[in-house]
Amino acid sequence: MRNIGIIARKEVKTYFTSPIAYVVIFVFLVLVGFFFYSIISWFNSKSIEIAQNPYYYQQININQMVYAPLFNNMSIILLFMLPLLTMRLFAEEKKAGTEELLFTSPVHVLQVILGKYAAALVVLAAMLGLTGLLSVFTFLWGNPELVQILSGYLGLFLMGASFIAAGVFFSSLTKNQIVAAISTLGTLLLFWILNWATYFIPGIWKDVLNYLSASQHFETMASGILDTTDVVYYLSFSFFALFLTHSVIQSRRWR
Amino acid sequence: MIEVERLAKKYGELKAVNDLSFKVEKGKIWGLLGPNAAGKTTTMRILTGFLPATEGKASVAGFDVFERPDEVKKITGYLPEVVPLYSEMTVSEFLTFVAAIKQVPSSRRKEALGRALEVSGLASVKNRLIENISRGYKQRVGIAQALIHDPQILILDEPTIGLDPAQIKEIRDLIKSLKGEHTIMLSTHILAEVTQTCDGVVIINEGRLMASGSLEELTTSFGGKEGVVLKLKKGHEEAVFAFQEIPGVDRVSRQDSELTIEWVRGKDLREAVSGLAVERGWGLLEMRPVAINIEDLYLRIVSGGAEQ
Repeated sequence: MRNIGIIARKEVKTYFTSPIAYVVIFVFLVLVGFFFYSIISWFNSKSIEIAQNPYYYQQININQMVYAPLFNNMSIILLFMLPLLTMRLFAEEKKAGTEELLFTSPVHVLQVILGKYAAALVVLAAMLGLTGLLSVFTFLWGNPELVQILSGYLGLFLMGASFIAAGVFFSSLTKNQIVAAISTLGTLLLFWILNWATYFIPGIWKDVLNYLSASQHFETMASGILDTTDVVYYLSFSFFALFLTHSVIQSRRWR
Repeated sequence: MIEVERLAKKYGELKAVNDLSFKVEKGKIWGLLGPNAAGKTTTMRILTGFLPATEGKASVAGFDVFERPDEVKKITGYLPEVVPLYSEMTVSEFLTFVAAIKQVPSSRRKEALGRALEVSGLASVKNRLIENISRGYKQRVGIAQALIHDPQILILDEPTIGLDPAQIKEIRDLIKSLKGEHTIMLSTHILAEVTQTCDGVVIINEGRLMASGSLEELTTSFGGKEGVVLKLKKGHEEAVFAFQEIPGVDRVSRQDSELTIEWVRGKDLREAVSGLAVERGWGLLEMRPVAINIEDLYLRIVSGGAEQ
Protein backbone atom coordinates (compact mmCIF):
# COMPACT_ATOMS: atom_id res chain seq x y z
CA MET A 1 0.00 0.00 0.00
CA ARG A 2 2.84 2.36 0.90
CA ASN A 3 4.53 1.64 -2.42
CA ILE A 4 1.33 2.37 -4.33
CA GLY A 5 1.20 5.71 -2.54
CA ILE A 6 4.80 6.53 -3.45
CA ILE A 7 4.23 5.79 -7.13
CA ALA A 8 0.88 7.60 -7.17
CA ARG A 9 2.32 10.71 -5.52
CA LYS A 10 5.16 10.83 -7.99
CA GLU A 11 2.81 10.47 -10.97
CA VAL A 12 0.40 13.11 -9.69
CA LYS A 13 3.34 15.44 -9.20
CA THR A 14 4.49 14.75 -12.75
CA TYR A 15 0.99 15.48 -14.06
CA PHE A 16 0.90 18.80 -12.27
CA THR A 17 4.49 19.93 -12.83
CA SER A 18 4.20 19.32 -16.55
CA PRO A 19 1.47 21.12 -18.46
CA ILE A 20 -0.43 17.87 -19.17
CA ALA A 21 -2.90 18.01 -16.28
CA TYR A 22 -3.54 21.75 -16.65
CA VAL A 23 -4.16 21.53 -20.36
CA VAL A 24 -6.43 18.50 -20.05
CA ILE A 25 -8.41 20.06 -17.19
CA PHE A 26 -8.63 23.46 -18.86
CA VAL A 27 -9.81 22.16 -22.21
CA PHE A 28 -12.27 19.84 -20.49
CA LEU A 29 -13.74 22.71 -18.46
CA VAL A 30 -14.04 25.00 -21.48
CA LEU A 31 -15.93 22.33 -23.42
CA VAL A 32 -18.15 21.38 -20.49
CA GLY A 33 -18.81 25.06 -19.81
CA PHE A 34 -19.87 25.55 -23.40
CA PHE A 35 -22.24 22.59 -23.30
CA PHE A 36 -23.63 23.71 -19.96
CA TYR A 37 -24.28 27.19 -21.29
CA SER A 38 -26.05 26.01 -24.41
CA ILE A 39 -28.14 23.43 -22.57
CA ILE A 40 -29.16 25.95 -19.89
CA SER A 41 -30.08 28.49 -22.56
CA TRP A 42 -32.22 25.94 -24.34
CA PHE A 43 -33.76 24.88 -21.01
CA ASN A 44 -34.62 28.49 -20.17
CA SER A 45 -36.41 29.23 -23.38
CA LYS A 46 -38.18 25.86 -23.22
CA SER A 47 -39.25 26.56 -19.63
CA ILE A 48 -40.80 29.91 -20.55
CA GLU A 49 -42.61 28.26 -23.43
CA ILE A 50 -43.92 25.39 -21.33
CA ALA A 51 -44.85 27.62 -18.38
CA GLN A 52 -47.80 28.89 -20.45
CA ASN A 53 -49.40 25.50 -20.10
CA PRO A 54 -50.12 24.43 -16.47
CA TYR A 55 -50.30 20.75 -17.40
CA TYR A 56 -46.82 20.53 -18.89
CA TYR A 57 -45.45 22.83 -16.20
CA GLN A 58 -45.28 19.83 -13.84
CA GLN A 59 -42.99 18.06 -16.23
CA ILE A 60 -40.15 20.54 -16.24
CA ASN A 61 -37.29 18.71 -14.65
CA ILE A 62 -33.83 20.21 -14.49
CA ASN A 63 -32.23 16.86 -13.75
CA GLN A 64 -33.65 15.24 -16.84
CA MET A 65 -33.46 18.25 -19.10
CA VAL A 66 -30.08 19.73 -18.11
CA TYR A 67 -28.01 17.22 -16.21
CA ALA A 68 -28.76 14.12 -18.25
CA PRO A 69 -27.67 15.66 -21.57
CA LEU A 70 -24.77 17.42 -19.86
CA PHE A 71 -23.47 14.17 -18.40
CA ASN A 72 -23.83 12.50 -21.76
CA ASN A 73 -21.75 15.22 -23.36
CA MET A 74 -19.16 15.02 -20.61
CA SER A 75 -18.83 11.28 -21.12
CA ILE A 76 -17.97 11.81 -24.79
CA ILE A 77 -15.41 14.48 -23.95
CA LEU A 78 -13.85 12.12 -21.43
CA LEU A 79 -13.74 9.41 -24.05
CA PHE A 80 -11.56 11.63 -26.21
CA MET A 81 -9.44 13.22 -23.53
CA LEU A 82 -8.60 10.45 -21.08
CA PRO A 83 -6.46 8.50 -23.58
CA LEU A 84 -4.23 11.58 -23.76
CA LEU A 85 -3.89 11.54 -20.02
CA THR A 86 -2.93 7.88 -19.81
CA MET A 87 -0.77 7.47 -22.91
CA ARG A 88 2.48 8.35 -21.20
CA LEU A 89 2.07 6.23 -18.07
CA PHE A 90 4.03 3.18 -19.21
CA ALA A 91 5.10 4.15 -22.72
CA GLU A 92 7.34 6.89 -21.38
CA GLU A 93 8.92 4.64 -18.75
CA LYS A 94 9.86 2.27 -21.52
CA LYS A 95 11.17 4.94 -23.82
CA ALA A 96 13.27 6.64 -21.14
CA GLY A 97 14.52 3.31 -19.74
CA THR A 98 13.15 4.17 -16.32
CA GLU A 99 11.19 0.93 -16.17
CA GLU A 100 14.53 -0.70 -15.45
CA LEU A 101 14.78 1.43 -12.32
CA LEU A 102 11.20 0.69 -11.27
CA PHE A 103 11.40 -3.04 -11.74
CA THR A 104 14.80 -3.45 -10.11
CA SER A 105 13.44 -1.74 -7.02
CA PRO A 106 11.64 -3.71 -4.34
CA VAL A 107 8.27 -2.61 -5.73
CA HIS A 108 5.88 -5.08 -7.33
CA VAL A 109 4.49 -4.72 -10.83
CA LEU A 110 0.95 -4.59 -9.43
CA GLN A 111 1.90 -1.74 -7.09
CA VAL A 112 3.33 0.23 -9.99
CA ILE A 113 0.18 -0.32 -12.05
CA LEU A 114 -2.16 0.63 -9.23
CA GLY A 115 -0.06 3.68 -8.35
CA LYS A 116 -0.20 5.00 -11.88
CA TYR A 117 -3.90 4.16 -12.16
CA ALA A 118 -4.60 6.01 -8.93
CA ALA A 119 -2.69 9.08 -10.13
CA ALA A 120 -4.79 9.29 -13.30
CA LEU A 121 -7.93 8.88 -11.16
CA VAL A 122 -6.83 11.90 -9.13
CA VAL A 123 -6.68 14.01 -12.28
CA LEU A 124 -10.08 12.65 -13.36
CA ALA A 125 -11.51 13.54 -9.96
CA ALA A 126 -10.10 17.06 -10.31
CA MET A 127 -11.67 17.39 -13.77
CA LEU A 128 -15.08 16.28 -12.56
CA GLY A 129 -14.83 18.09 -9.23
CA LEU A 130 -14.22 21.45 -10.91
CA THR A 131 -17.34 21.08 -13.04
CA GLY A 132 -19.22 21.00 -9.75
CA LEU A 133 -18.95 24.79 -9.81
CA LEU A 134 -21.62 24.81 -12.53
CA SER A 135 -24.08 23.34 -10.07
CA VAL A 136 -23.73 26.43 -7.90
CA PHE A 137 -25.82 28.26 -10.50
CA THR A 138 -28.47 25.56 -10.86
CA PHE A 139 -28.88 25.36 -7.08
CA LEU A 140 -29.04 29.13 -6.68
CA TRP A 141 -31.75 29.61 -9.33
CA GLY A 142 -33.39 26.22 -9.43
CA ASN A 143 -34.12 23.14 -7.38
CA PRO A 144 -32.35 20.09 -8.82
CA GLU A 145 -32.18 16.75 -7.00
CA LEU A 146 -28.74 16.44 -5.40
CA VAL A 147 -28.77 12.66 -5.15
CA GLN A 148 -29.42 12.27 -8.84
CA ILE A 149 -26.61 14.64 -9.69
CA LEU A 150 -24.22 12.79 -7.42
CA SER A 151 -25.09 9.45 -8.90
CA GLY A 152 -24.51 10.95 -12.35
CA TYR A 153 -21.07 12.07 -11.22
CA LEU A 154 -20.39 8.65 -9.73
CA GLY A 155 -21.30 7.17 -13.10
CA LEU A 156 -18.94 9.54 -14.88
CA PHE A 157 -16.16 8.69 -12.47
CA LEU A 158 -16.64 4.94 -12.83
CA MET A 159 -16.79 5.22 -16.57
CA GLY A 160 -13.72 7.46 -16.64
CA ALA A 161 -11.93 4.98 -14.39
CA SER A 162 -12.61 2.20 -16.87
CA PHE A 163 -11.36 4.40 -19.73
CA ILE A 164 -8.20 5.10 -17.75
CA ALA A 165 -7.69 1.39 -17.10
CA ALA A 166 -7.92 0.76 -20.84
CA GLY A 167 -5.44 3.59 -21.40
CA VAL A 168 -3.02 2.11 -18.88
CA PHE A 169 -3.25 -1.21 -20.70
CA PHE A 170 -2.46 0.24 -24.13
CA SER A 171 0.33 2.32 -22.67
CA SER A 172 1.95 -0.86 -21.38
CA LEU A 173 1.99 -2.34 -24.89
CA THR A 174 4.20 0.21 -26.61
CA LYS A 175 6.89 2.77 -26.08
CA ASN A 176 5.18 5.16 -28.46
CA GLN A 177 2.70 7.46 -26.75
CA ILE A 178 0.78 8.29 -29.91
CA VAL A 179 0.24 4.61 -30.63
CA ALA A 180 -0.97 4.13 -27.06
CA ALA A 181 -3.41 7.06 -27.31
CA ILE A 182 -4.86 6.07 -30.67
CA SER A 183 -5.36 2.41 -29.78
CA THR A 184 -7.06 3.44 -26.55
CA LEU A 185 -9.31 5.91 -28.32
CA GLY A 186 -10.25 3.41 -31.02
CA THR A 187 -11.04 0.68 -28.54
CA LEU A 188 -13.12 2.94 -26.31
CA LEU A 189 -15.01 4.32 -29.26
CA LEU A 190 -15.76 0.80 -30.43
CA PHE A 191 -17.08 -0.13 -26.99
CA TRP A 192 -19.11 3.07 -27.01
CA ILE A 193 -20.91 2.34 -30.27
CA LEU A 194 -21.11 -1.43 -29.85
CA ASN A 195 -24.85 -1.27 -29.23
CA TRP A 196 -25.44 0.34 -32.62
CA ALA A 197 -24.85 -3.08 -34.09
CA THR A 198 -27.88 -4.39 -32.23
CA TYR A 199 -30.10 -2.95 -34.96
CA PHE A 200 -29.05 -5.62 -37.37
CA ILE A 201 -27.78 -8.43 -35.13
CA PRO A 202 -30.49 -10.74 -33.80
CA GLY A 203 -30.85 -13.10 -30.86
CA ILE A 204 -28.50 -13.53 -27.98
CA TRP A 205 -25.75 -11.48 -29.59
CA LYS A 206 -27.96 -8.48 -29.32
CA ASP A 207 -28.03 -8.83 -25.55
CA VAL A 208 -24.30 -9.52 -25.40
CA LEU A 209 -23.47 -6.42 -27.42
CA ASN A 210 -25.86 -4.35 -25.42
CA TYR A 211 -24.24 -5.49 -22.23
CA LEU A 212 -20.72 -4.86 -23.50
CA SER A 213 -21.51 -1.41 -24.79
CA ALA A 214 -20.13 1.29 -22.53
CA SER A 215 -22.70 3.89 -23.59
CA GLN A 216 -25.62 1.61 -22.82
CA HIS A 217 -24.51 1.45 -19.19
CA PHE A 218 -23.98 5.14 -18.95
CA GLU A 219 -27.43 6.13 -20.17
CA THR A 220 -29.22 5.11 -16.98
CA MET A 221 -26.49 6.61 -14.81
CA ALA A 222 -26.66 9.95 -16.60
CA SER A 223 -30.31 10.23 -15.71
CA GLY A 224 -29.38 9.70 -12.07
CA ILE A 225 -30.38 6.07 -11.62
CA LEU A 226 -27.72 3.94 -10.02
CA ASP A 227 -28.03 0.34 -11.13
CA THR A 228 -25.63 -2.29 -9.76
CA THR A 229 -25.38 -3.89 -13.22
CA ASP A 230 -23.78 -0.71 -14.53
CA VAL A 231 -21.49 -0.31 -11.53
CA VAL A 232 -20.40 -3.93 -11.89
CA TYR A 233 -19.84 -3.42 -15.62
CA TYR A 234 -17.46 -0.49 -15.17
CA LEU A 235 -15.66 -2.05 -12.23
CA SER A 236 -15.09 -5.30 -14.08
CA PHE A 237 -14.00 -3.40 -17.19
CA SER A 238 -11.32 -1.64 -15.09
CA PHE A 239 -10.34 -4.80 -13.31
CA PHE A 240 -9.96 -6.73 -16.56
CA ALA A 241 -7.89 -3.99 -18.22
CA LEU A 242 -5.55 -3.71 -15.22
CA PHE A 243 -5.26 -7.48 -15.07
CA LEU A 244 -4.23 -7.54 -18.73
CA THR A 245 -1.69 -4.80 -18.08
CA HIS A 246 -0.17 -6.89 -15.33
CA SER A 247 0.03 -9.92 -17.60
CA VAL A 248 1.61 -7.89 -20.40
CA ILE A 249 4.33 -6.45 -18.19
CA GLN A 250 5.07 -9.76 -16.52
CA SER A 251 5.16 -11.73 -19.74
CA ARG A 252 7.42 -9.29 -21.51
CA ARG A 253 9.99 -9.74 -18.80
CA TRP A 254 9.73 -13.50 -19.00
CA ARG A 255 10.20 -13.73 -22.70
CA MET B 1 29.00 -11.91 -2.52
CA ILE B 2 27.80 -12.44 -6.06
CA GLU B 3 27.59 -16.01 -7.29
CA VAL B 4 26.50 -17.11 -10.69
CA GLU B 5 26.17 -20.76 -11.57
CA ARG B 6 25.61 -22.15 -15.04
CA LEU B 7 23.47 -19.19 -15.97
CA ALA B 8 21.75 -19.11 -19.36
CA LYS B 9 19.36 -16.72 -21.02
CA LYS B 10 17.71 -17.26 -24.36
CA TYR B 11 15.82 -14.69 -26.35
CA GLY B 12 13.92 -16.98 -28.63
CA GLU B 13 16.65 -18.91 -30.43
CA LEU B 14 19.39 -16.49 -29.54
CA LYS B 15 21.49 -17.45 -26.57
CA ALA B 16 22.55 -14.18 -24.98
CA VAL B 17 24.17 -15.86 -22.02
CA ASN B 18 25.29 -19.46 -22.06
CA ASP B 19 26.53 -21.58 -19.17
CA LEU B 20 28.08 -18.68 -17.29
CA SER B 21 29.59 -19.19 -13.83
CA PHE B 22 31.66 -16.83 -11.70
CA LYS B 23 32.04 -15.44 -8.22
CA VAL B 24 32.77 -11.98 -6.88
CA GLU B 25 34.23 -11.54 -3.41
CA LYS B 26 32.98 -9.06 -0.89
CA GLY B 27 34.42 -5.56 -0.95
CA LYS B 28 36.08 -5.90 -4.36
CA ILE B 29 35.55 -4.25 -7.70
CA TRP B 30 35.10 -6.69 -10.51
CA GLY B 31 34.85 -5.93 -14.15
CA LEU B 32 32.61 -7.73 -16.56
CA LEU B 33 34.55 -7.40 -19.76
CA GLY B 34 33.60 -8.35 -23.24
CA PRO B 35 33.07 -7.02 -26.73
CA ASN B 36 29.73 -5.49 -27.67
CA ALA B 37 26.80 -7.92 -27.56
CA ALA B 38 28.75 -10.35 -25.38
CA GLY B 39 25.91 -10.68 -22.86
CA LYS B 40 27.12 -8.17 -20.27
CA THR B 41 23.88 -6.23 -19.98
CA THR B 42 21.80 -9.40 -19.94
CA THR B 43 23.92 -10.82 -17.12
CA MET B 44 23.52 -7.64 -15.12
CA ARG B 45 19.79 -7.52 -15.74
CA ILE B 46 19.48 -11.04 -14.43
CA LEU B 47 21.55 -10.23 -11.34
CA THR B 48 19.35 -7.24 -10.54
CA GLY B 49 16.12 -9.16 -11.02
CA PHE B 50 14.99 -7.22 -14.08
CA LEU B 51 15.06 -10.30 -16.29
CA PRO B 52 14.59 -13.91 -15.28
CA ALA B 53 17.19 -16.42 -16.43
CA THR B 54 16.27 -19.33 -18.65
CA GLU B 55 18.51 -21.71 -16.74
CA GLY B 56 20.97 -21.72 -13.89
CA LYS B 57 21.28 -19.96 -10.59
CA ALA B 58 22.38 -16.54 -9.46
CA SER B 59 22.61 -15.31 -5.92
CA VAL B 60 23.53 -12.01 -4.38
CA ALA B 61 24.65 -11.85 -0.74
CA GLY B 62 23.27 -15.34 -0.26
CA PHE B 63 19.80 -14.53 -1.60
CA ASP B 64 18.70 -16.34 -4.70
CA VAL B 65 17.80 -13.75 -7.33
CA PHE B 66 14.78 -15.73 -8.53
CA GLU B 67 13.40 -16.90 -5.21
CA ARG B 68 14.01 -13.83 -3.05
CA PRO B 69 14.03 -10.94 -5.54
CA ASP B 70 12.83 -8.39 -3.00
CA GLU B 71 15.73 -9.08 -0.64
CA VAL B 72 18.19 -8.81 -3.51
CA LYS B 73 16.65 -5.59 -4.80
CA LYS B 74 16.84 -4.00 -1.35
CA ILE B 75 20.60 -4.47 -1.07
CA THR B 76 21.54 -3.88 -4.69
CA GLY B 77 22.13 -0.58 -6.43
CA TYR B 78 21.94 -0.69 -10.20
CA LEU B 79 23.00 1.72 -12.89
CA PRO B 80 21.55 0.48 -16.18
CA GLU B 81 23.28 1.19 -19.47
CA VAL B 82 20.69 3.84 -20.32
CA VAL B 83 20.65 5.98 -17.19
CA PRO B 84 17.05 5.91 -15.92
CA LEU B 85 16.06 9.50 -15.23
CA TYR B 86 12.78 11.35 -14.97
CA SER B 87 13.80 14.50 -16.78
CA GLU B 88 10.90 16.56 -15.47
CA MET B 89 12.06 16.17 -11.86
CA THR B 90 14.82 18.01 -10.06
CA VAL B 91 17.88 16.06 -8.97
CA SER B 92 16.76 16.10 -5.32
CA GLU B 93 13.18 15.14 -6.11
CA PHE B 94 14.33 12.27 -8.26
CA LEU B 95 16.78 10.92 -5.68
CA THR B 96 14.17 11.22 -2.93
CA PHE B 97 11.71 9.27 -5.07
CA VAL B 98 14.31 6.56 -5.70
CA ALA B 99 15.05 6.41 -1.97
CA ALA B 100 11.34 5.88 -1.34
CA ILE B 101 10.90 3.05 -3.82
CA LYS B 102 14.11 1.45 -2.53
CA GLN B 103 12.32 1.33 0.83
CA VAL B 104 14.48 3.85 2.70
CA PRO B 105 12.23 4.85 5.65
CA SER B 106 10.90 8.41 5.28
CA SER B 107 12.72 9.56 8.42
CA ARG B 108 16.05 8.66 6.86
CA ARG B 109 15.48 9.86 3.30
CA LYS B 110 16.83 13.33 3.89
CA GLU B 111 20.04 11.94 5.31
CA ALA B 112 20.35 9.45 2.44
CA LEU B 113 19.81 12.24 -0.07
CA GLY B 114 22.48 14.42 1.56
CA ARG B 115 24.99 11.60 1.52
CA ALA B 116 24.31 10.62 -2.09
CA LEU B 117 24.58 14.24 -3.23
CA GLU B 118 27.86 14.63 -1.43
CA VAL B 119 29.46 11.39 -2.54
CA SER B 120 28.58 11.93 -6.17
CA GLY B 121 29.39 15.64 -6.18
CA LEU B 122 25.91 16.81 -7.11
CA ALA B 123 25.29 19.35 -4.36
CA SER B 124 25.62 22.28 -6.77
CA VAL B 125 22.90 21.05 -9.14
CA LYS B 126 20.51 19.48 -6.65
CA ASN B 127 17.67 21.89 -7.36
CA ARG B 128 17.96 21.86 -11.12
CA LEU B 129 15.72 19.92 -13.44
CA ILE B 130 17.40 16.79 -14.70
CA GLU B 131 16.65 17.71 -18.31
CA ASN B 132 18.80 20.84 -17.88
CA ILE B 133 21.99 19.32 -16.48
CA SER B 134 24.96 18.14 -18.50
CA ARG B 135 25.67 14.62 -19.61
CA GLY B 136 28.37 14.14 -16.98
CA TYR B 137 26.04 15.25 -14.22
CA LYS B 138 23.32 12.95 -15.51
CA GLN B 139 25.73 10.05 -15.25
CA ARG B 140 26.47 11.10 -11.69
CA VAL B 141 22.76 11.23 -10.91
CA GLY B 142 22.67 7.68 -12.25
CA ILE B 143 25.39 6.64 -9.83
CA ALA B 144 23.76 8.59 -6.99
CA GLN B 145 20.44 6.77 -7.54
CA ALA B 146 22.28 3.46 -7.38
CA LEU B 147 23.91 4.52 -4.09
CA ILE B 148 20.98 6.20 -2.40
CA HIS B 149 19.92 3.27 -0.21
CA ASP B 150 23.50 2.47 0.77
CA PRO B 151 23.46 -0.92 -0.96
CA GLN B 152 25.99 -3.63 -0.20
CA ILE B 153 26.27 -4.35 -3.87
CA LEU B 154 26.58 -2.02 -6.80
CA ILE B 155 26.02 -3.14 -10.36
CA LEU B 156 27.10 -0.58 -12.91
CA ASP B 157 26.51 -1.15 -16.58
CA GLU B 158 29.07 0.83 -18.61
CA PRO B 159 29.37 3.62 -16.03
CA THR B 160 31.74 5.78 -18.08
CA ILE B 161 30.27 5.42 -21.54
CA GLY B 162 29.86 8.65 -23.49
CA LEU B 163 31.81 10.85 -21.11
CA ASP B 164 34.82 13.01 -21.84
CA PRO B 165 38.23 11.98 -20.45
CA ALA B 166 38.06 14.29 -17.43
CA GLN B 167 34.60 13.03 -16.54
CA ILE B 168 35.73 9.44 -17.04
CA LYS B 169 38.51 9.95 -14.56
CA GLU B 170 36.15 11.53 -12.04
CA ILE B 171 33.67 8.68 -12.30
CA ARG B 172 36.46 6.10 -11.99
CA ASP B 173 37.81 7.83 -8.91
CA LEU B 174 34.32 7.91 -7.49
CA ILE B 175 33.90 4.19 -8.10
CA LYS B 176 37.28 3.43 -6.56
CA SER B 177 36.38 5.46 -3.47
CA LEU B 178 33.31 3.27 -2.98
CA LYS B 179 35.35 0.09 -2.82
CA GLY B 180 35.55 -1.73 0.49
CA GLU B 181 32.14 -0.78 1.81
CA HIS B 182 30.47 -1.90 -1.37
CA THR B 183 31.01 -4.87 -3.60
CA ILE B 184 31.02 -3.52 -7.12
CA MET B 185 30.57 -5.16 -10.45
CA LEU B 186 30.93 -2.98 -13.50
CA SER B 187 30.67 -3.89 -17.12
CA THR B 188 32.80 -2.37 -19.80
CA HIS B 189 34.27 -3.01 -23.18
CA ILE B 190 37.13 -0.63 -22.47
CA LEU B 191 40.20 -2.54 -21.35
CA ALA B 192 41.86 0.37 -19.59
CA GLU B 193 38.89 0.64 -17.30
CA VAL B 194 39.59 -2.81 -15.96
CA THR B 195 43.28 -2.25 -15.28
CA GLN B 196 42.60 1.08 -13.67
CA THR B 197 39.66 0.31 -11.45
CA CYS B 198 39.13 -3.39 -11.02
CA ASP B 199 40.57 -6.03 -8.72
CA GLY B 200 39.41 -8.84 -10.91
CA VAL B 201 37.69 -9.50 -14.12
CA VAL B 202 35.19 -11.81 -15.74
CA ILE B 203 35.75 -11.95 -19.47
CA ILE B 204 32.82 -13.09 -21.57
CA ASN B 205 32.27 -13.39 -25.27
CA GLU B 206 29.12 -14.45 -27.08
CA GLY B 207 27.50 -15.21 -23.75
CA ARG B 208 30.21 -17.63 -22.66
CA LEU B 209 32.77 -17.34 -19.92
CA MET B 210 36.26 -16.94 -21.38
CA ALA B 211 38.22 -16.37 -18.21
CA SER B 212 37.82 -15.03 -14.73
CA GLY B 213 40.10 -14.18 -11.85
CA SER B 214 42.21 -11.39 -10.46
CA LEU B 215 44.41 -9.55 -12.94
CA GLU B 216 47.56 -11.24 -11.62
CA GLU B 217 46.02 -14.67 -11.85
CA LEU B 218 44.99 -14.06 -15.41
CA THR B 219 48.36 -12.75 -16.55
CA THR B 220 50.07 -15.72 -14.95
CA SER B 221 47.81 -18.35 -16.36
CA PHE B 222 47.75 -16.81 -19.81
CA GLY B 223 51.51 -16.60 -20.08
CA GLY B 224 52.12 -13.04 -19.06
CA LYS B 225 55.70 -12.03 -18.37
CA GLU B 226 57.32 -9.69 -15.91
CA GLY B 227 59.84 -7.10 -16.84
CA VAL B 228 61.07 -3.54 -16.75
CA VAL B 229 61.31 -0.68 -19.15
CA LEU B 230 64.65 1.17 -18.99
CA LYS B 231 65.43 4.55 -20.38
CA LEU B 232 69.13 4.99 -21.10
CA LYS B 233 71.16 8.00 -22.10
CA LYS B 234 73.61 6.15 -24.33
CA GLY B 235 74.95 2.73 -25.33
CA HIS B 236 71.65 1.35 -26.45
CA GLU B 237 72.98 -1.06 -29.04
CA GLU B 238 75.50 -2.50 -26.71
CA ALA B 239 72.99 -2.71 -23.89
CA VAL B 240 70.55 -4.83 -25.89
CA PHE B 241 73.17 -7.58 -26.18
CA ALA B 242 74.52 -7.16 -22.68
CA PHE B 243 71.10 -7.52 -21.06
CA GLN B 244 70.43 -10.62 -23.09
CA GLU B 245 73.47 -12.18 -21.43
CA ILE B 246 71.94 -11.92 -17.96
CA PRO B 247 70.72 -15.41 -17.01
CA GLY B 248 66.96 -15.63 -16.94
CA VAL B 249 66.24 -12.82 -19.36
CA ASP B 250 63.84 -13.93 -22.05
CA ARG B 251 63.64 -11.07 -24.42
CA VAL B 252 65.07 -7.61 -24.87
CA SER B 253 63.52 -5.16 -27.26
CA ARG B 254 64.40 -1.59 -28.06
CA GLN B 255 62.34 1.37 -29.05
CA ASP B 256 64.43 4.55 -29.41
CA SER B 257 66.02 5.17 -26.02
CA GLU B 258 63.76 2.73 -24.19
CA LEU B 259 64.59 -0.91 -23.67
CA THR B 260 62.06 -3.47 -22.55
CA ILE B 261 63.55 -6.41 -20.70
CA GLU B 262 61.29 -9.36 -19.94
CA TRP B 263 61.78 -12.48 -17.88
CA VAL B 264 59.73 -15.42 -16.72
CA ARG B 265 57.32 -14.51 -13.97
CA GLY B 266 58.66 -15.24 -10.48
CA LYS B 267 62.32 -14.34 -11.03
CA ASP B 268 63.11 -10.84 -9.96
CA LEU B 269 65.95 -9.55 -12.14
CA ARG B 270 65.50 -5.85 -11.44
CA GLU B 271 68.64 -5.64 -9.32
CA ALA B 272 70.80 -7.39 -11.88
CA VAL B 273 69.48 -5.19 -14.69
CA SER B 274 69.94 -1.88 -12.90
CA GLY B 275 73.34 -2.99 -11.56
CA LEU B 276 74.58 -3.72 -15.05
CA ALA B 277 73.35 -0.42 -16.42
CA VAL B 278 75.11 1.55 -13.70
CA GLU B 279 78.29 -0.51 -13.92
CA ARG B 280 78.62 0.12 -17.66
CA GLY B 281 77.82 3.79 -17.28
CA TRP B 282 74.96 3.94 -19.86
CA GLY B 283 73.27 6.67 -17.91
CA LEU B 284 70.16 5.12 -16.37
CA LEU B 285 67.44 7.79 -16.64
CA GLU B 286 64.35 5.84 -15.84
CA MET B 287 63.21 2.39 -14.84
CA ARG B 288 59.62 1.21 -14.51
CA PRO B 289 57.83 -2.13 -14.43
CA VAL B 290 56.21 -3.33 -17.64
CA ALA B 291 52.47 -2.71 -17.40
CA ILE B 292 50.31 -5.74 -17.73
CA ASN B 293 49.35 -5.71 -21.31
CA ILE B 294 45.66 -6.27 -20.97
CA GLU B 295 45.02 -5.73 -24.65
CA ASP B 296 47.21 -8.68 -25.57
CA LEU B 297 45.75 -10.72 -22.79
CA TYR B 298 42.21 -9.91 -23.77
CA LEU B 299 42.72 -10.64 -27.43
CA ARG B 300 44.41 -13.89 -26.58
CA ILE B 301 41.59 -14.92 -24.28
CA VAL B 302 38.72 -13.89 -26.53
CA SER B 303 40.18 -15.39 -29.69
CA GLY B 304 41.41 -18.48 -27.82
CA GLY B 305 37.87 -19.05 -26.64
CA ALA B 306 36.51 -18.79 -30.13
CA GLU B 307 38.83 -21.52 -31.35
CA GLN B 308 37.72 -24.01 -28.74
